[in-house]
Amino acid sequence: MTTNAATNDRRRFHARSAAASGAKYLSLVLASAVVLVPLLVILFTSLKTRKEALATGPLDLPANWFNFENFKIAFTQGHMMPAFLNTGIILLVSVTGTVLIGSMTAYAIDRFEFRFKKLVMAAFLLASLVPSVTTQVATFQIVNELGAFNSRWAPILLYLGTDIISIYIFLQFIRSIPVSLDEAARLDGANSFTIYWRIILPMLKPAIATVVIVKGVTVYNDFFIPFLYMPSTDLGTISTSLFRFQGPFGVNWEIISAGAILVILPTLVVFLALQRLIYAGFAAGSSK
Amino acid sequence: MTALQRDRGAGKPPAQAAADGGADRADRRRAPRRKALRRHWWFTPWLYLVVPLAFLVTFTYLPIGDMIGYSFTDWDGISPERNNVGLENYTDLFTRPELFKVFLVSGVYLVAAVLQIALALYFATVLSFNTRFRNLFKGILFFPYLINGVAIGFVFLFFFQPHGTLDSLLSLVGVHGKHQWLGDPDLVNKSLAGVSVWRYTGLNLVLFLGAIQSIPPHLYEAAALDGANRWQQFRHIIAPSIKPVISLSAILAVSGSLAVFEIPYIMTGGANGSQTFVIQSINMAFKFDKFGLASASAVVLIVLILIVTWIQRRLVPEERVELS
Repeated sequence: MTTNAATNDRRRFHARSAAASGAKYLSLVLASAVVLVPLLVILFTSLKTRKEALATGPLDLPANWFNFENFKIAFTQGHMMPAFLNTGIILLVSVTGTVLIGSMTAYAIDRFEFRFKKLVMAAFLLASLVPSVTTQVATFQIVNELGAFNSRWAPILLYLGTDIISIYIFLQFIRSIPVSLDEAARLDGANSFTIYWRIILPMLKPAIATVVIVKGVTVYNDFFIPFLYMPSTDLGTISTSLFRFQGPFGVNWEIISAGAILVILPTLVVFLALQRLIYAGFAAGSSK
Repeated sequence: MTALQRDRGAGKPPAQAAADGGADRADRRRAPRRKALRRHWWFTPWLYLVVPLAFLVTFTYLPIGDMIGYSFTDWDGISPERNNVGLENYTDLFTRPELFKVFLVSGVYLVAAVLQIALALYFATVLSFNTRFRNLFKGILFFPYLINGVAIGFVFLFFFQPHGTLDSLLSLVGVHGKHQWLGDPDLVNKSLAGVSVWRYTGLNLVLFLGAIQSIPPHLYEAAALDGANRWQQFRHIIAPSIKPVISLSAILAVSGSLAVFEIPYIMTGGANGSQTFVIQSINMAFKFDKFGLASASAVVLIVLILIVTWIQRRLVPEERVELS
């Protein structure tokens, strides 16, 4: 009797856990579909010819999977080449600058005792609470007065000037570097800059990787700053150049789709290559 | 022992103890260091801080100061002339109903953000248990967060087209007809908020998953021995342990829904009633040359965000709010 009840129980338990696990996978597959379908239909559309795009529904597959004509048009007529170049230059300068500025700030705050240290830290803290998009009305005037409007300097300065998260990432990390290293170097006659450059900066490598990833993705994807500060077409970044597809390509969805895919592709490649670093980076970047 | 107390018991002391222990150790470490490091000129740290501080002042504090100044004037942004109008811009903001409507829009995004956190919590819990293809699912759900905003805008402009992808999908399950997903003022904000859920759920998921995975596994084992089911494990082990991350996400959700800009600006330009607070102030400033009014509106937004942050800090004191 009792054994029977036990097996019954176990069977019921198994059935229940099978159902639960089924529901679990169903929900995961469904969510993945919600993420992927909007992207896949854009991929399909980008491979269709003009006529095909008009005649077929969005869920229909392209007739020729190797029709890259739209990508060619998007790349040349959509000014994507200079866009990648502009984004590349801005990315390189502002990411390098962010690493240097962030690590120097963290070095000064963590390794020195000085007056007004609390005040300086509070100033950075308070600034991190103000979304930069809200202050653009006045920032615009300042950038204008600096003569940086409509030049690559505008986004570079703004990306350098408004990045507080990277300072926190460096600050968190620099605390784990033993001070005895500094002191040993000091006994050998190293000055503070040598210590920063030869000891601290090389030890900060994991934090630098995090900052490069978080900052790199932010700069690559930013739309608002280049849109507001670099209206000239020659200075289009990938975001603003893609945004300008709306006008000339009007309802040519196959070309707009190709442009969107061109912009998404590098992100996908970087994501697949650096998955672990990216998860860790964004977890650190948004909770610190 | 009530459930509430038990929650506190599970969640607070270990974290607190760890934080305190860490601080103690840091202090002890720091004590001799202070003496050793006194051998530097008083200006040495400032040499490293001068550039960052110059940037901080020029691009954050100066604009805020300027903006407060502009907000009491009728400046158009160009002419050298500006008149002091006192509080008129602020009274305008709070008395003209069409300017106030943007808060209703923020409400839609706030509801979406709650949904987003709930979804992320569910999927993070599910993925923290043994699941096949876990990394694949995690990757798929996170990837939208990395995609360029303009590309996302276009992807969903196409998706929401009348007779487009969404309508085709709906007709597969028997809902026919064409919907003005972005043209109908009743639907547009829900559609746009949906895009925002699509884009940001992955970030919350990764944050939650990281927090869940740092829970020591022996807690689950002990709970399993006690016969706790999955829901009880979630309720009494997972939820209390990741409370700080959840409350951080909640605060980001509130300030985020007040500062929504990119997706609606790219997709609709604020048309059909999808205007958000930020779009409205940007348009005021750069389209209608009302810098004074735009500044007042931005000042109100910043104050609101600071208030929300402050309330959250008061409500969740046990969170280890170190520097940020």
